[in-house]
Amino acid sequence: MSFIWSLVIFSGLVALVLLGVEGAKLEGLFGIWLPYAAVGIFVGGLIARVVNWGRSPVPFRIPTTCGQQKSLPFIRHARLDNPATGLGAAARVALEVLTFRSLFRNTKAQLTQDRRLVYGSEKYLWAGALAFHWAFLVILVRHYRFFAEPVPVVIGWIQGLDGFFEVGLPVIYATDVVILAALGYLLGRRLADARLRYFSMAADYFPLFLLLGVAGSGVLLRYVWKTDITRVKELAVGLASFRPVLPEGLGAMFYVHLFLVCALLAYFPFSKLTHMAGVFLSPTRNLANSNRARRHINPWNPPIVGHTYAEWEEEFRDKIKAAGIPLDRE
Amino acid sequence: MEKTREELLQIDFKPPAKSWMDPHIDFEARRGSWSYPGAPKNLRYMGYPNPREWSPTDADWKLPANWKQIIFEGMRELLSKYRSFKVFMDICVRCGACADKCHFYLGSGDPKNMPVLRAELLRSVYRKDFTTAGKILGSLAGGRELTLEVVKEWFYYFYQCTECRRCSVFCPYGIDTAEITMMARELLNLVGVNINWAVEPIANCHRTGNHLGIQPHTFKDNIEFLMDELEEVTGVRVEPSINRKGAEILFVVPSADYFADPGIYTFMGYLLLFHQLGLDYTLSAYASEGGNFGLFTSADTIKKLNYKIYHEAKRLGVKWIIGGECGHMWRVLHQYMDTMNGPADFLEVPKSPFTGTVFANAASTKTVHICEFTADLIRHGKLKLDPSRNDHWRVTFHDSCNPARALGLFEEPRYIIKNVCNAFFEMPENTIREQTFCCAGGAGLGNDENMEARLRGGYPRANAVQYVRDRFGVNLMSCICAIDRATLTTMVEYWAPEVKISGVHELVANALVVDGEKERTTDLRGQPLAGKEDKAHV
Ligand code: HEM
Ligand code: SF4
Ligand code: SF4
Repeated sequence: MSFIWSLVIFSGLVALVLLGVEGAKLEGLFGIWLPYAAVGIFVGGLIARVVNWGRSPVPFRIPTTCGQQKSLPFIRHARLDNPATGLGAAARVALEVLTFRSLFRNTKAQLTQDRRLVYGSEKYLWAGALAFHWAFLVILVRHYRFFAEPVPVVIGWIQGLDGFFEVGLPVIYATDVVILAALGYLLGRRLADARLRYFSMAADYFPLFLLLGVAGSGVLLRYVWKTDITRVKELAVGLASFRPVLPEGLGAMFYVHLFLVCALLAYFPFSKLTHMAGVFLSPTRNLANSNRARRHINPWNPPIVGHTYAEWEEEFRDKIKAAGIPLDRE
Repeated sequence: MEKTREELLQIDFKPPAKSWMDPHIDFEARRGSWSYPGAPKNLRYMGYPNPREWSPTDADWKLPANWKQIIFEGMRELLSKYRSFKVFMDICVRCGACADKCHFYLGSGDPKNMPVLRAELLRSVYRKDFTTAGKILGSLAGGRELTLEVVKEWFYYFYQCTECRRCSVFCPYGIDTAEITMMARELLNLVGVNINWAVEPIANCHRTGNHLGIQPHTFKDNIEFLMDELEEVTGVRVEPSINRKGAEILFVVPSADYFADPGIYTFMGYLLLFHQLGLDYTLSAYASEGGNFGLFTSADTIKKLNYKIYHEAKRLGVKWIIGGECGHMWRVLHQYMDTMNGPADFLEVPKSPFTGTVFANAASTKTVHICEFTADLIRHGKLKLDPSRNDHWRVTFHDSCNPARALGLFEEPRYIIKNVCNAFFEMPENTIREQTFCCAGGAGLGNDENMEARLRGGYPRANAVQYVRDRFGVNLMSCICAIDRATLTTMVEYWAPEVKISGVHELVANALVVDGEKERTTDLRGQPLAGKEDKAHV
């Protein structure tokens, strides 16, 4: 059901832009106003989200320790999986963000015929997720060439590397293949695995459709319904310099691509995609396990006093005395 | 327990046709998988809301008339107090990496025991009422109305999570379902929905100083009785002091250690070690509990119960604190105590009087884990050990959840065991250290009425034990947790009856050569040592 719903909404979005551009000739809306609005919502929404998170304090230092603590000098300390300093914790977060360290631990539990539990290594999700995210990042960086004149050399290098295999004309980027395959895998596993299907919601399928839509339309633009890059650049540079112009003849496919990007941007701050920012703020990962070495302050620490010794002694006075345990007040 | 092992192991991992958003639970049919509610006298003693007689099988749980408002306001407050709660509510991508990491899921196949869905039970309500998308789109955005049925479902599943944090090891964002469970339990507590196995120990602890409600004279009697036993085995009389001012060290243990088998042997172990060293320490009949069931109820209760430790350390004028072998106690001592009841500026940075080692990792809390203390002694050759006195044991080590995932105390106990035992074997890699499996009886769930859930949830651990038993002939699982010592004993009795449970310092004491001791023919339990069967009078 949730799969169907998100497919319907996604298709509705595509129909909307096609009707809007081909039927109603609203190129100005889809080419200029919506991109501005989407970027505004993305930036504003994401900032609001992070500020909202930041407004709540971190009352306790609760890292999940995944390696040996730093204690005695003769015991080898796991610096990254159980950092003892802020710097170590930063390295741990970096490892999470850049390599999905925790996901790399993933295992798959199975109950055998004779009812034993066995745990196999399960790296597909890690590999698929890492492939998608890195391909996405590289593609994003490559897009910078549309917005900058002259194109920075670095972008040229990345482009060259990405098209290293020099197959096809225009040269096929490795990331284009990778991102589609990885997204296909992420969607496929959600549908194929009964367990995942059971708890997946519309909000899980929808971003995958959007991303597949963005990547798919982008690929079509480059290899099939080719668009005129100089006009795209005109639009992009115009938008970036706040002197928007609307070139003629960009083609419907281009508007589909652009609109889906806008939808992704606008959807981002209100969805699980905020994990991009949240991963940096997770208290089980971004804090050092220095709990006993340095005091952590809770700003709302309530002024609670427990059952005091005096109260305890008062209540059990006779028994304490009879047992010959020393009293404070005889 | 009516079900056989074979019946329990008919686990079906295929999710049901019914959507998880349907909260209905038949408590009658699920007897064996939930705990009895908190008794009104305990709630009253602690000043908790809504004390009353009720049962989960009742249609009417007698919640306050405005229960919904109370929960929503509670949720708003917790969201404003805990960044963890907010972030964990917002960023889960439902990748499913945590799904098959929970022992309760692996042992039951119940999909709502997957950490992701357990969290979703609360998250769906959060979405419906605290997010824009949920307010507009409702169930399409994964939102769910907070109904009475949902509260009942929360009770069932948030009291079927032992807050072990295994799921958080695997989550790419470190989402800790234990933290979410803690939030849910705070909320349930606001409307008087809690379990007696948590609130009774809390009430006891608040009044007498320990969970078991042991009063000062019994505290002393118990300890003397244990010292008699110890004398019988070793020929050495150990005389610990209680509430003694001016001692260098306050020694804090979980109360089960001086009360119940097999924890008592660990307790004898600690005290025999201290005796041999001539350590200047005192026990306290007031701070007679290091454990803290507040952790399973509310942050305010943690603070309230933990208060007595520093309070007593200050009153007695000790210099620093040693904590015994206990799991959740150590989560509190390590991650909460200093923040809540510190700073302990009246204590000194712990320094071993025998090796001179300064425990810099405890520079602020001034509280050292006994395994750190002992490992350091062994390393410096301060103990005379005869590991052959443990040769009747083939030992494995169970990493207790909290020392593993809240401290990272992995090597210290292993180092000790390897020095005091000759036969040590690890369980499979995916079941130890940070990936260790819970005993399934922590967080207040280790009661008898909840036995089916415990046995099911305990299976992943037990299965690993069966493995080392069959492969290496292991007959003892050592651990550093009092709840483990109590609950694993029941668990292995069911799944692997040949295996016994012990603490680490029980093994230390077996091997420890003590001045003036007689020839040992039995271990602390009175079982004959290997090769001494004929001499032992068991
Ligand atoms: C700091 C940056 C980011 C990090 C560290 C990160 C990390 C992760 C990880 C570890 C997963 C779980 C594995 C998976 O399910 O694929 C994930 C899932 C996902 N991420 Fe990211 N991510 C980041 C940014 C982004 C961005 C910018 C997007 C897209 C706009 C994105 C889209 C997704 C999607 C759609 C999923 C779910 C895939 C599925 O449904 O299976 N991520 N992310
Ligand atoms: S591993 Fe983390 S992100 Fe993935 S489903 Fe579980 S809680 Fe959510
Ligand atoms: S904390 Fe432990 S018991 Fe709770 S959901 Fe996670 S794995 Fe399961």
